[in-house]
Amino acid sequence: MERNRTLLLIAPAVLVIGFFMLIPMFIALAYSFLTANPYGGVLPPPTFDAYVQFLFQRDFDDSLVYSPSYIFIILRSVYLAVATTAICLVLGLPVAWYIVCQSEARRRFLLFVITLPFWINTLIRTYCWILILRDEGVANNLLRHLGLIAQPLPLLYNDGSILLGLVYTFLPFMVLPIYSTLERIDPRLIEAAYDLYATRMAVFRRVVWPLAKPGALAGATLVFAPSLGSFLAPDLLGGGKKLLIGSLIQMQFTSSRNWPFGAALSTVVTVAVLLVLVWRTRQTYRRDQRGREQRA
Amino acid sequence: MSAKPVIFDWRRTPGLPSFTALIVAFLYAPLLVLVIYSFNASRMTTVWSGFSLQWFVQVAHNGDIRGAALNSLIIAVAATIASTAIATAAALALERGVMPFGRGLVTGMIAMPLVVPEIIVAITTLVFFSALGMHYGLLNLIIAHTVFCIPFAVLPIRARLLDMGGTLEEAGRDLYADEWQLFRRITLPLLMPAIGAGAIMAFVVSLDDFLISMMVSSAGSTTLPVYVYGMMRLGVTPEVNAISTILLVVSLVFVTAALLLGRRYQRTA
Repeated sequence: MERNRTLLLIAPAVLVIGFFMLIPMFIALAYSFLTANPYGGVLPPPTFDAYVQFLFQRDFDDSLVYSPSYIFIILRSVYLAVATTAICLVLGLPVAWYIVCQSEARRRFLLFVITLPFWINTLIRTYCWILILRDEGVANNLLRHLGLIAQPLPLLYNDGSILLGLVYTFLPFMVLPIYSTLERIDPRLIEAAYDLYATRMAVFRRVVWPLAKPGALAGATLVFAPSLGSFLAPDLLGGGKKLLIGSLIQMQFTSSRNWPFGAALSTVVTVAVLLVLVWRTRQTYRRDQRGREQRA
Repeated sequence: MSAKPVIFDWRRTPGLPSFTALIVAFLYAPLLVLVIYSFNASRMTTVWSGFSLQWFVQVAHNGDIRGAALNSLIIAVAATIASTAIATAAALALERGVMPFGRGLVTGMIAMPLVVPEIIVAITTLVFFSALGMHYGLLNLIIAHTVFCIPFAVLPIRARLLDMGGTLEEAGRDLYADEWQLFRRITLPLLMPAIGAGAIMAFVVSLDDFLISMMVSSAGSTTLPVYVYGMMRLGVTPEVNAISTILLVVSLVFVTAALLLGRRYQRTA
Protein backbone atom coordinates (compact mmCIF):
# COMPACT_ATOMS: atom_id res chain seq x y z
CA MET A 1 0.00 0.00 0.00
CA GLU A 2 1.44 3.31 -1.01
CA ARG A 3 1.75 6.33 1.18
CA ASN A 4 -1.06 8.47 -0.19
CA ARG A 5 -3.55 5.65 0.12
CA THR A 6 -2.46 5.05 3.72
CA LEU A 7 -2.97 8.71 4.47
CA LEU A 8 -6.41 8.61 2.91
CA LEU A 9 -7.42 5.60 4.97
CA ILE A 10 -6.17 6.94 8.26
CA ALA A 11 -7.52 10.45 7.69
CA PRO A 12 -11.17 9.87 8.72
CA ALA A 13 -10.23 8.40 12.10
CA VAL A 14 -7.67 11.10 12.80
CA LEU A 15 -10.01 13.87 11.69
CA VAL A 16 -13.04 12.62 13.58
CA ILE A 17 -11.17 11.98 16.83
CA GLY A 18 -9.09 15.12 16.41
CA PHE A 19 -12.03 17.36 15.63
CA PHE A 20 -14.51 15.95 18.11
CA MET A 21 -12.19 14.97 20.92
CA LEU A 22 -8.82 16.75 20.83
CA ILE A 23 -10.11 20.16 19.83
CA PRO A 24 -12.92 20.00 22.41
CA MET A 25 -10.24 19.40 25.04
CA PHE A 26 -8.50 22.58 24.02
CA ILE A 27 -11.79 24.47 24.00
CA ALA A 28 -12.42 23.18 27.52
CA LEU A 29 -8.95 24.40 28.44
CA ALA A 30 -9.81 27.84 27.03
CA TYR A 31 -13.12 27.85 28.87
CA SER A 32 -11.33 27.25 32.14
CA PHE A 33 -9.81 30.74 31.81
CA LEU A 34 -13.13 32.49 31.22
CA THR A 35 -15.77 33.88 33.55
CA ALA A 36 -18.72 31.76 34.61
CA ASN A 37 -22.11 32.70 33.29
CA PRO A 38 -24.56 32.09 36.15
CA TYR A 39 -27.10 30.88 33.58
CA GLY A 40 -24.73 28.23 32.22
CA GLY A 41 -21.94 28.67 29.70
CA VAL A 42 -19.19 31.28 29.92
CA LEU A 43 -18.69 35.03 29.60
CA PRO A 44 -15.70 36.50 27.76
CA PRO A 45 -13.63 38.27 30.45
CA PRO A 46 -10.53 36.11 30.96
CA THR A 47 -9.67 35.21 34.54
CA PHE A 48 -7.84 32.66 36.67
CA ASP A 49 -10.84 32.41 38.99
CA ALA A 50 -11.51 28.81 38.11
CA TYR A 51 -8.04 27.75 39.25
CA VAL A 52 -8.10 30.03 42.28
CA GLN A 53 -11.25 28.20 43.29
CA PHE A 54 -9.27 25.01 43.85
CA LEU A 55 -7.89 26.55 47.02
CA PHE A 56 -9.86 29.67 47.84
CA GLN A 57 -13.43 30.71 48.16
CA ARG A 58 -14.67 34.20 47.35
CA ASP A 59 -16.33 35.72 50.40
CA PHE A 60 -19.26 38.12 50.32
CA ASP A 61 -16.92 41.10 50.44
CA ASP A 62 -14.96 39.65 47.50
CA SER A 63 -11.98 38.69 49.63
CA LEU A 64 -10.37 35.28 49.17
CA VAL A 65 -10.67 32.80 51.99
CA TYR A 66 -8.63 29.63 52.06
CA SER A 67 -10.96 26.67 51.65
CA PRO A 68 -9.52 23.21 51.23
CA SER A 69 -12.82 21.44 50.49
CA TYR A 70 -12.13 20.94 46.77
CA ILE A 71 -8.61 19.74 47.46
CA PHE A 72 -10.12 17.23 49.87
CA ILE A 73 -12.47 16.01 47.13
CA ILE A 74 -9.55 15.59 44.75
CA LEU A 75 -7.45 13.78 47.36
CA ARG A 76 -10.39 11.52 48.23
CA SER A 77 -10.86 10.69 44.55
CA VAL A 78 -7.18 9.85 44.15
CA TYR A 79 -7.27 7.77 47.31
CA LEU A 80 -10.32 5.82 46.17
CA ALA A 81 -8.85 5.31 42.69
CA VAL A 82 -5.56 4.04 44.18
CA ALA A 83 -7.44 1.74 46.55
CA THR A 84 -9.54 0.44 43.66
CA THR A 85 -6.43 -0.25 41.63
CA ALA A 86 -4.74 -2.04 44.53
CA ILE A 87 -7.76 -4.22 45.29
CA CYS A 88 -8.23 -5.05 41.60
CA LEU A 89 -4.57 -6.09 41.42
CA VAL A 90 -4.83 -8.32 44.48
CA LEU A 91 -8.00 -9.96 43.15
CA GLY A 92 -7.07 -9.96 39.47
CA LEU A 93 -3.53 -11.34 39.56
CA PRO A 94 -4.43 -14.78 41.01
CA VAL A 95 -7.37 -15.07 38.62
CA ALA A 96 -5.18 -14.24 35.62
CA TRP A 97 -2.62 -16.80 36.78
CA TYR A 98 -5.31 -19.43 37.25
CA ILE A 99 -6.58 -18.85 33.71
CA VAL A 100 -3.07 -19.09 32.27
CA CYS A 101 -2.63 -22.49 33.93
CA GLN A 102 -5.70 -23.97 32.22
CA SER A 103 -6.05 -25.85 28.96
CA GLU A 104 -6.64 -23.91 25.74
CA ALA A 105 -10.41 -24.48 25.67
CA ARG A 106 -10.89 -23.66 29.34
CA ARG A 107 -8.79 -20.53 28.98
CA ARG A 108 -11.03 -19.26 26.25
CA PHE A 109 -14.14 -20.01 28.25
CA LEU A 110 -12.82 -18.37 31.42
CA LEU A 111 -11.73 -15.26 29.53
CA PHE A 112 -15.20 -15.03 28.09
CA VAL A 113 -16.71 -15.33 31.58
CA ILE A 114 -14.44 -12.61 32.96
CA THR A 115 -14.93 -10.19 30.04
CA LEU A 116 -18.67 -10.58 29.63
CA PRO A 117 -19.73 -8.30 32.52
CA PHE A 118 -17.58 -5.51 31.09
CA TRP A 119 -19.97 -5.25 28.16
CA ILE A 120 -23.01 -4.83 30.37
CA ASN A 121 -24.08 -1.29 31.01
CA THR A 122 -22.17 0.19 33.96
CA LEU A 123 -25.36 1.94 35.01
CA ILE A 124 -27.09 -1.39 35.47
CA ARG A 125 -24.09 -3.11 37.04
CA THR A 126 -23.88 -0.31 39.60
CA TYR A 127 -27.62 -0.37 40.24
CA CYS A 128 -27.43 -4.08 41.13
CA TRP A 129 -25.43 -3.15 44.20
CA ILE A 130 -28.18 -0.83 45.39
CA LEU A 131 -30.51 -3.84 45.37
CA ILE A 132 -28.00 -5.74 47.48
CA LEU A 133 -26.73 -3.08 49.86
CA ARG A 134 -29.71 -0.87 50.70
CA ASP A 135 -31.47 -1.09 54.05
CA GLU A 136 -34.14 -3.47 52.73
CA GLY A 137 -31.64 -5.08 50.36
CA VAL A 138 -30.52 -8.65 49.90
CA ALA A 139 -27.56 -8.43 52.27
CA ASN A 140 -29.46 -6.88 55.15
CA ASN A 141 -32.42 -9.22 54.67
CA LEU A 142 -30.12 -12.20 54.70
CA LEU A 143 -28.35 -11.08 57.86
CA ARG A 144 -31.68 -10.42 59.54
CA HIS A 145 -33.01 -13.85 58.62
CA LEU A 146 -29.91 -15.41 60.06
CA GLY A 147 -30.59 -13.47 63.23
CA LEU A 148 -27.22 -11.77 63.12
CA ILE A 149 -28.61 -8.25 63.19
CA ALA A 150 -31.80 -6.61 64.40
CA GLN A 151 -31.40 -3.27 62.68
CA PRO A 152 -30.28 -2.96 59.07
CA LEU A 153 -26.61 -2.10 58.69
CA PRO A 154 -25.87 1.10 56.78
CA LEU A 155 -24.10 -0.67 53.92
CA LEU A 156 -24.94 1.86 51.23
CA TYR A 157 -23.81 5.47 50.79
CA ASN A 158 -20.29 5.33 52.18
CA ASP A 159 -16.73 5.04 50.89
CA GLY A 160 -16.93 1.26 51.20
CA SER A 161 -19.88 0.97 48.86
CA ILE A 162 -18.25 3.34 46.35
CA LEU A 163 -15.07 1.25 46.48
CA LEU A 164 -17.05 -1.95 46.02
CA GLY A 165 -18.82 -0.50 42.99
CA LEU A 166 -15.54 0.67 41.46
CA VAL A 167 -13.80 -2.68 41.97
CA TYR A 168 -16.82 -4.46 40.57
CA THR A 169 -16.86 -2.25 37.48
CA PHE A 170 -13.17 -2.28 36.65
CA LEU A 171 -11.89 -5.71 37.78
CA PRO A 172 -11.94 -7.18 34.21
CA PHE A 173 -9.62 -4.34 33.12
CA MET A 174 -6.97 -5.75 35.44
CA VAL A 175 -7.35 -9.45 34.68
CA LEU A 176 -7.08 -9.15 30.88
CA PRO A 177 -3.75 -7.32 30.50
CA ILE A 178 -2.09 -9.47 33.17
CA TYR A 179 -3.40 -12.56 31.43
CA SER A 180 -2.11 -11.49 28.05
CA THR A 181 1.44 -10.96 29.36
CA LEU A 182 1.46 -14.15 31.42
CA GLU A 183 0.09 -16.15 28.50
CA ARG A 184 3.38 -15.72 26.68
CA ILE A 185 5.32 -17.10 29.61
CA ASP A 186 7.71 -19.92 28.76
CA PRO A 187 6.74 -22.88 30.98
CA ARG A 188 10.35 -24.03 30.93
CA LEU A 189 11.27 -21.01 33.06
CA ILE A 190 8.94 -22.17 35.81
CA GLU A 191 10.03 -25.79 35.51
CA ALA A 192 13.64 -24.72 35.68
CA ALA A 193 12.92 -22.78 38.85
CA TYR A 194 11.27 -25.83 40.46
CA ASP A 195 14.16 -28.00 39.38
CA LEU A 196 16.41 -25.63 41.22
CA TYR A 197 14.34 -26.21 44.38
CA ALA A 198 12.47 -22.93 44.35
CA THR A 199 9.35 -22.98 46.50
CA ARG A 200 5.98 -22.04 45.10
CA MET A 201 6.30 -18.61 46.71
CA ALA A 202 9.80 -18.10 45.33
CA VAL A 203 8.69 -19.07 41.84
CA PHE A 204 5.90 -16.57 42.06
CA ARG A 205 8.12 -13.80 43.40
CA ARG A 206 11.15 -14.38 41.20
CA VAL A 207 9.64 -15.72 37.96
CA VAL A 208 5.93 -15.10 37.58
CA TRP A 209 5.65 -11.63 39.08
CA PRO A 210 8.49 -10.06 37.06
CA LEU A 211 6.86 -11.41 33.90
CA ALA A 212 3.41 -10.24 34.99
CA LYS A 213 4.57 -6.75 35.88
CA PRO A 214 4.09 -5.06 32.49
CA GLY A 215 0.56 -6.45 32.35
CA ALA A 216 -0.14 -5.35 35.90
CA LEU A 217 1.09 -1.89 34.99
CA ALA A 218 -1.16 -1.76 31.95
CA GLY A 219 -4.05 -3.00 34.05
CA ALA A 220 -3.34 -0.41 36.73
CA THR A 221 -3.58 2.38 34.14
CA LEU A 222 -6.79 0.97 32.76
CA VAL A 223 -8.32 0.76 36.25
CA PHE A 224 -6.92 3.96 37.73
CA ALA A 225 -7.89 6.40 34.98
CA PRO A 226 -11.59 5.56 34.76
CA SER A 227 -11.95 5.19 38.54
CA LEU A 228 -10.48 8.64 39.02
CA GLY A 229 -13.14 10.20 36.83
CA SER A 230 -15.94 7.81 37.73
CA PHE A 231 -19.39 9.26 38.10
CA LEU A 232 -21.86 6.43 38.55
CA ALA A 233 -20.40 4.61 41.56
CA PRO A 234 -20.09 7.75 43.71
CA ASP A 235 -23.42 9.06 42.45
CA LEU A 236 -25.55 5.95 42.93
CA LEU A 237 -23.65 4.09 45.66
CA GLY A 238 -22.26 7.13 47.45
CA GLY A 239 -25.66 8.79 47.38
CA GLY A 240 -24.19 11.82 45.62
CA LYS A 241 -23.48 13.34 49.02
CA LYS A 242 -19.83 12.42 49.10
CA LEU A 243 -18.40 14.06 46.03
CA LEU A 244 -15.59 12.75 43.89
CA ILE A 245 -13.96 14.59 41.00
CA GLY A 246 -16.26 12.95 38.47
CA SER A 247 -19.46 14.03 40.18
CA LEU A 248 -17.93 17.42 41.04
CA ILE A 249 -17.19 18.06 37.36
CA GLN A 250 -20.62 16.90 36.31
CA MET A 251 -22.21 19.22 38.89
CA GLN A 252 -20.44 22.27 37.48
CA PHE A 253 -22.20 21.73 34.18
CA THR A 254 -25.60 21.01 35.68
CA SER A 255 -26.76 22.31 39.05
CA SER A 256 -23.81 24.56 39.97
CA ARG A 257 -23.55 26.18 36.53
CA ASN A 258 -19.88 26.99 36.88
CA TRP A 259 -18.53 25.87 33.52
CA PRO A 260 -15.04 27.38 33.92
CA PHE A 261 -14.45 25.56 37.20
CA GLY A 262 -15.72 22.33 35.68
CA ALA A 263 -13.45 22.88 32.70
CA ALA A 264 -10.49 23.59 35.00
CA LEU A 265 -11.13 20.41 36.96
CA SER A 266 -11.38 18.31 33.82
CA THR A 267 -8.24 19.91 32.42
CA VAL A 268 -6.33 18.84 35.51
CA VAL A 269 -7.68 15.28 35.30
CA THR A 270 -6.99 15.09 31.55
CA VAL A 271 -3.40 16.24 31.95
CA ALA A 272 -2.86 13.66 34.70
CA VAL A 273 -4.33 10.86 32.61
CA LEU A 274 -2.51 11.85 29.41
CA LEU A 275 0.81 11.96 31.25
CA VAL A 276 0.25 8.41 32.44
CA LEU A 277 -0.81 7.39 28.91
CA VAL A 278 2.24 8.92 27.21
CA TRP A 279 4.54 7.30 29.72
CA ARG A 280 2.85 3.94 29.16
CA THR A 281 2.94 4.14 25.36
CA ARG A 282 6.61 4.96 25.46
CA GLN A 283 7.28 1.99 27.69
CA THR A 284 5.41 -0.48 25.47
CA TYR A 285 7.07 1.05 22.42
CA ARG A 286 10.48 0.48 23.97
CA ARG A 287 9.56 -3.07 24.88
CA ASP A 288 8.39 -3.73 21.32
CA GLN A 289 11.64 -2.32 19.97
CA ARG A 290 13.63 -4.53 22.28
CA GLY A 291 11.56 -7.53 21.21
CA ARG A 292 12.15 -6.72 17.56
CA GLU A 293 15.88 -6.38 18.10
CA GLN A 294 16.01 -9.72 19.88
CA ARG A 295 14.10 -11.42 17.08
CA ALA A 296 16.25 -9.82 14.42
CA MET B 1 14.12 -47.08 46.11
CA SER B 2 10.51 -47.23 45.05
CA ALA B 3 9.39 -43.89 46.42
CA LYS B 4 7.90 -41.85 43.67
CA PRO B 5 9.67 -38.60 43.03
CA VAL B 6 7.57 -35.65 44.04
CA ILE B 7 6.47 -33.93 40.87
CA PHE B 8 5.59 -30.32 41.29
CA ASP B 9 2.70 -29.44 39.05
CA TRP B 10 3.05 -25.69 38.85
CA ARG B 11 -0.26 -25.48 37.04
CA ARG B 12 -2.07 -26.42 40.23
CA THR B 13 -1.93 -23.91 43.05
CA PRO B 14 -3.94 -24.98 46.09
CA GLY B 15 -6.86 -22.66 46.78
CA LEU B 16 -6.70 -20.95 43.44
CA PRO B 17 -9.69 -22.70 41.83
CA SER B 18 -11.98 -21.72 44.70
CA PHE B 19 -10.61 -18.18 44.70
CA THR B 20 -11.38 -17.84 41.00
CA ALA B 21 -14.83 -19.32 41.56
CA LEU B 22 -15.45 -16.70 44.24
CA ILE B 23 -14.42 -13.90 41.88
CA VAL B 24 -16.70 -15.23 39.17
CA ALA B 25 -19.53 -15.39 41.71
CA PHE B 26 -18.73 -11.82 42.73
CA LEU B 27 -19.04 -10.74 39.09
CA TYR B 28 -22.30 -12.55 38.38
CA ALA B 29 -24.27 -12.75 41.63
CA PRO B 30 -25.37 -9.09 41.56
CA LEU B 31 -26.66 -9.49 38.01
CA LEU B 32 -28.54 -12.59 39.07
CA VAL B 33 -30.14 -10.69 41.95
CA LEU B 34 -31.36 -8.05 39.51
CA VAL B 35 -32.82 -10.57 37.10
CA ILE B 36 -34.60 -12.45 39.91
CA TYR B 37 -36.07 -9.25 41.31
CA SER B 38 -37.36 -8.19 37.93
CA PHE B 39 -39.63 -11.23 37.87
CA ASN B 40 -40.95 -10.56 41.36
CA ALA B 41 -44.73 -10.10 41.49
CA SER B 42 -44.71 -7.80 44.51
CA ARG B 43 -44.52 -4.03 44.11
CA MET B 44 -42.58 -4.07 47.36
CA THR B 45 -39.20 -4.88 45.91
CA THR B 46 -37.98 -6.34 49.19
CA VAL B 47 -39.86 -9.63 49.43
CA TRP B 48 -40.47 -12.38 46.93
CA SER B 49 -44.16 -12.99 46.28
CA GLY B 50 -44.19 -15.10 43.17
CA PHE B 51 -43.16 -15.10 39.55
CA SER B 52 -44.62 -12.43 37.31
CA LEU B 53 -44.01 -10.78 33.97
CA GLN B 54 -46.19 -7.78 34.76
CA TRP B 55 -43.31 -5.31 35.11
CA PHE B 56 -42.04 -6.18 31.65
CA VAL B 57 -45.55 -5.61 30.28
CA GLN B 58 -45.68 -2.29 32.08
CA VAL B 59 -42.31 -1.24 30.65
CA ALA B 60 -43.40 -2.22 27.15
CA HIS B 61 -46.49 -0.04 27.46
CA ASN B 62 -44.57 2.99 28.73
CA GLY B 63 -44.48 5.51 25.88
CA ASP B 64 -41.50 7.45 27.30
CA ILE B 65 -39.42 4.31 27.53
CA ARG B 66 -40.36 3.32 23.98
CA GLY B 67 -39.41 6.79 22.72
CA ALA B 68 -36.08 6.68 24.53
CA ALA B 69 -35.42 3.18 23.24
CA LEU B 70 -36.09 4.34 19.68
CA ASN B 71 -33.64 7.22 20.13
CA SER B 72 -31.02 4.82 21.47
CA LEU B 73 -31.55 2.51 18.52
CA ILE B 74 -31.27 5.27 15.90
CA ILE B 75 -28.10 6.61 17.51
CA ALA B 76 -26.56 3.16 17.90
CA VAL B 77 -27.22 2.13 14.30
CA ALA B 78 -25.90 5.40 12.84
CA ALA B 79 -22.84 5.46 15.12
CA THR B 80 -22.11 1.79 14.39
CA ILE B 81 -22.12 2.30 10.62
CA ALA B 82 -19.98 5.43 10.78
CA SER B 83 -17.49 4.14 13.35
CA THR B 84 -17.07 0.71 11.73
CA ALA B 85 -16.33 2.26 8.33
CA ILE B 86 -13.82 4.67 9.86
CA ALA B 87 -12.30 1.92 12.00
CA THR B 88 -11.88 -0.50 9.08
CA ALA B 89 -10.02 2.13 7.07
CA ALA B 90 -7.85 3.05 10.03
CA ALA B 91 -7.02 -0.56 10.85
CA LEU B 92 -6.01 -1.21 7.23
CA ALA B 93 -3.77 1.85 7.22
CA LEU B 94 -2.17 0.93 10.53
CA GLU B 95 -1.50 -2.70 9.67
CA ARG B 96 -0.93 -2.61 5.91
CA GLY B 97 -0.03 0.98 5.17
CA VAL B 98 3.25 2.77 4.73
CA MET B 99 3.73 5.04 7.67
CA PRO B 100 7.28 6.21 8.10
CA PHE B 101 6.31 8.04 11.27
CA GLY B 102 3.33 8.70 13.48
CA ARG B 103 2.06 5.14 13.79
CA GLY B 104 2.38 5.25 17.57
CA LEU B 105 0.84 8.70 17.69
CA VAL B 106 -2.18 7.67 15.62
CA THR B 107 -2.61 4.48 17.65
CA GLY B 108 -2.54 6.52 20.84
CA MET B 109 -5.01 8.98 19.41
CA ILE B 110 -7.45 6.25 18.44
CA ALA B 111 -7.14 4.73 21.90
CA MET B 112 -7.83 8.08 23.56
CA PRO B 113 -11.59 7.62 23.97
CA LEU B 114 -10.79 4.40 25.86
CA VAL B 115 -8.32 5.92 28.27
CA VAL B 116 -9.65 9.39 28.97
CA PRO B 117 -12.25 9.14 31.73
CA GLU B 118 -15.77 9.22 30.37
CA ILE B 119 -16.75 12.31 32.31
CA ILE B 120 -14.00 14.27 30.55
CA VAL B 121 -15.15 13.12 27.11
CA ALA B 122 -18.69 14.00 28.15
CA ILE B 123 -18.06 17.54 29.28
CA THR B 124 -15.54 18.43 26.56
CA THR B 125 -18.06 17.29 23.95
CA LEU B 126 -20.76 19.32 25.65
CA VAL B 127 -18.53 22.41 25.75
CA PHE B 128 -17.56 21.89 22.10
CA PHE B 129 -21.14 21.66 20.84
CA SER B 130 -22.18 24.68 22.86
CA ALA B 131 -19.16 26.72 21.68
CA LEU B 132 -20.08 25.97 18.07
CA GLY B 133 -23.75 26.54 18.78
CA MET B 134 -24.56 23.04 17.54
CA HIS B 135 -27.94 21.96 18.87
CA TYR B 136 -29.04 19.25 16.51
CA GLY B 137 -30.42 16.82 19.07
CA LEU B 138 -29.86 13.29 17.84
CA LEU B 139 -27.11 14.29 15.41
CA ASN B 140 -25.00 15.65 18.28
CA LEU B 141 -25.37 12.30 20.03
CA ILE B 142 -24.57 10.34 16.88
CA ILE B 143 -21.33 12.30 16.45
CA ALA B 144 -20.35 11.85 20.10
CA HIS B 145 -21.08 8.13 19.98
CA THR B 146 -19.18 7.62 16.71
CA VAL B 147 -16.04 9.05 18.34
CA PHE B 148 -15.96 6.67 21.29
CA CYS B 149 -17.11 3.67 19.24
CA ILE B 150 -14.12 3.88 16.87
CA PRO B 151 -11.53 2.26 19.18
CA PHE B 152 -13.88 -0.61 20.04
CA ALA B 153 -14.39 -1.35 16.34
CA VAL B 154 -10.67 -1.00 15.54
CA LEU B 155 -9.62 -3.63 18.11
CA PRO B 156 -10.96 -6.84 16.49
CA ILE B 157 -10.31 -5.64 12.92
CA ARG B 158 -6.70 -4.79 13.63
CA ALA B 159 -6.18 -8.03 15.54
CA ARG B 160 -7.53 -9.98 12.57
CA LEU B 161 -5.28 -8.18 10.09
CA LEU B 162 -2.31 -8.94 12.28
CA ASP B 163 -3.40 -12.55 12.65
CA MET B 164 -3.95 -13.39 9.01
CA GLY B 165 -0.66 -11.90 7.90
CA GLY B 166 0.03 -10.60 4.43
CA THR B 167 0.87 -13.84 2.58
CA LEU B 168 -2.42 -14.18 0.72
CA GLU B 169 -2.32 -10.54 -0.31
CA GLU B 170 1.23 -10.99 -1.54
CA ALA B 171 0.15 -14.02 -3.54
CA GLY B 172 -2.58 -11.92 -5.11
CA ARG B 173 -0.09 -9.19 -5.89
CA ASP B 174 2.18 -11.75 -7.56
CA LEU B 175 -0.74 -12.68 -9.78
CA TYR B 176 -1.05 -9.08 -10.93
CA ALA B 177 -4.13 -8.11 -8.92
CA ASP B 178 -4.39 -4.36 -8.54
CA GLU B 179 -4.89 -2.81 -5.11
CA TRP B 180 -8.66 -2.60 -5.48
CA GLN B 181 -9.00 -6.22 -6.61
CA LEU B 182 -6.75 -7.23 -3.76
CA PHE B 183 -9.04 -5.51 -1.28
CA ARG B 184 -12.33 -6.69 -2.80
CA ARG B 185 -11.35 -10.30 -3.45
CA ILE B 186 -8.89 -11.11 -0.68
CA THR B 187 -8.66 -8.70 2.24
CA LEU B 188 -12.31 -7.79 2.67
CA PRO B 189 -13.75 -11.34 2.59
CA LEU B 190 -11.13 -12.50 5.09
CA LEU B 191 -11.76 -9.47 7.23
CA MET B 192 -15.54 -9.64 7.19
CA PRO B 193 -16.06 -11.63 10.44
CA ALA B 194 -13.81 -9.18 12.29
CA ILE B 195 -15.64 -6.21 10.82
CA GLY B 196 -18.88 -7.84 11.96
CA ALA B 197 -17.47 -8.34 15.46
CA GLY B 198 -16.23 -4.74 15.54
CA ALA B 199 -19.62 -3.45 14.43
CA ILE B 200 -21.42 -5.40 17.15
CA MET B 201 -18.99 -4.15 19.79
CA ALA B 202 -19.57 -0.57 18.61
CA PHE B 203 -23.32 -1.14 18.68
CA VAL B 204 -23.29 -2.45 22.24
CA VAL B 205 -20.99 0.29 23.47
CA SER B 206 -23.23 2.93 21.92
CA LEU B 207 -26.39 1.34 23.28
CA ASP B 208 -24.89 1.14 26.77
CA ASP B 209 -23.42 4.59 26.98
CA PHE B 210 -24.84 6.69 29.75
CA LEU B 211 -22.59 9.50 30.90
CA ILE B 212 -21.75 11.08 27.54
CA SER B 213 -25.34 10.76 26.39
CA MET B 214 -26.59 12.37 29.57
CA MET B 215 -24.36 15.42 29.19
CA VAL B 216 -24.90 15.82 25.43
CA SER B 217 -28.58 14.95 25.13
CA SER B 218 -31.27 17.59 25.31
CA ALA B 219 -35.00 17.39 25.76
CA GLY B 220 -36.36 15.14 23.04
CA SER B 221 -33.11 13.27 22.46
CA THR B 222 -33.09 11.28 25.71
CA THR B 223 -31.58 7.83 25.30
CA LEU B 224 -32.73 4.75 27.17
CA PRO B 225 -29.90 4.61 29.73
CA VAL B 226 -30.38 8.32 30.47
CA TYR B 227 -34.08 7.75 31.01
CA VAL B 228 -33.44 4.71 33.19
CA TYR B 229 -30.96 6.72 35.27
CA GLY B 230 -33.71 9.27 35.89
CA MET B 231 -35.96 6.44 37.10
CA MET B 232 -33.21 5.05 39.35
CA ARG B 233 -32.71 8.40 41.03
CA LEU B 234 -36.31 8.27 42.17
CA GLY B 235 -35.73 4.96 43.89
CA VAL B 236 -35.79 1.21 43.47
CA THR B 237 -38.90 0.20 41.56
CA PRO B 238 -39.91 -3.02 39.81
CA GLU B 239 -40.05 -1.12 36.50
CA VAL B 240 -36.38 -0.18 36.84
CA ASN B 241 -35.54 -3.81 37.55
CA ALA B 242 -37.45 -4.95 34.47
CA ILE B 243 -35.97 -2.43 32.04
CA SER B 244 -32.48 -3.05 33.46
CA THR B 245 -32.91 -6.76 32.90
CA ILE B 246 -33.96 -6.12 29.30
CA LEU B 247 -30.87 -3.97 28.69
CA LEU B 248 -28.68 -6.59 30.35
CA VAL B 249 -30.01 -9.40 28.18
CA VAL B 250 -29.67 -7.34 24.99
CA SER B 251 -26.00 -6.60 25.77
CA LEU B 252 -25.30 -10.23 26.62
CA VAL B 253 -26.86 -11.54 23.42
CA PHE B 254 -25.01 -9.12 21.17
CA VAL B 255 -21.64 -9.51 22.84
CA THR B 256 -21.88 -13.27 22.82
CA ALA B 257 -22.62 -13.05 19.09
CA ALA B 258 -19.60 -10.80 18.54
CA LEU B 259 -17.29 -13.05 20.52
CA LEU B 260 -18.53 -16.13 18.67
CA LEU B 261 -17.85 -14.36 15.38
CA GLY B 262 -14.37 -13.59 16.60
CA ARG B 263 -13.88 -17.19 17.62
CA ARG B 264 -14.98 -18.47 14.21
CA TYR B 265 -12.32 -16.52 12.43
CA GLN B 266 -9.73 -17.67 14.90
CA ARG B 267 -10.52 -21.26 14.04
CA THR B 268 -10.45 -20.71 10.29
CA ALA B 269 -7.17 -18.83 10.52
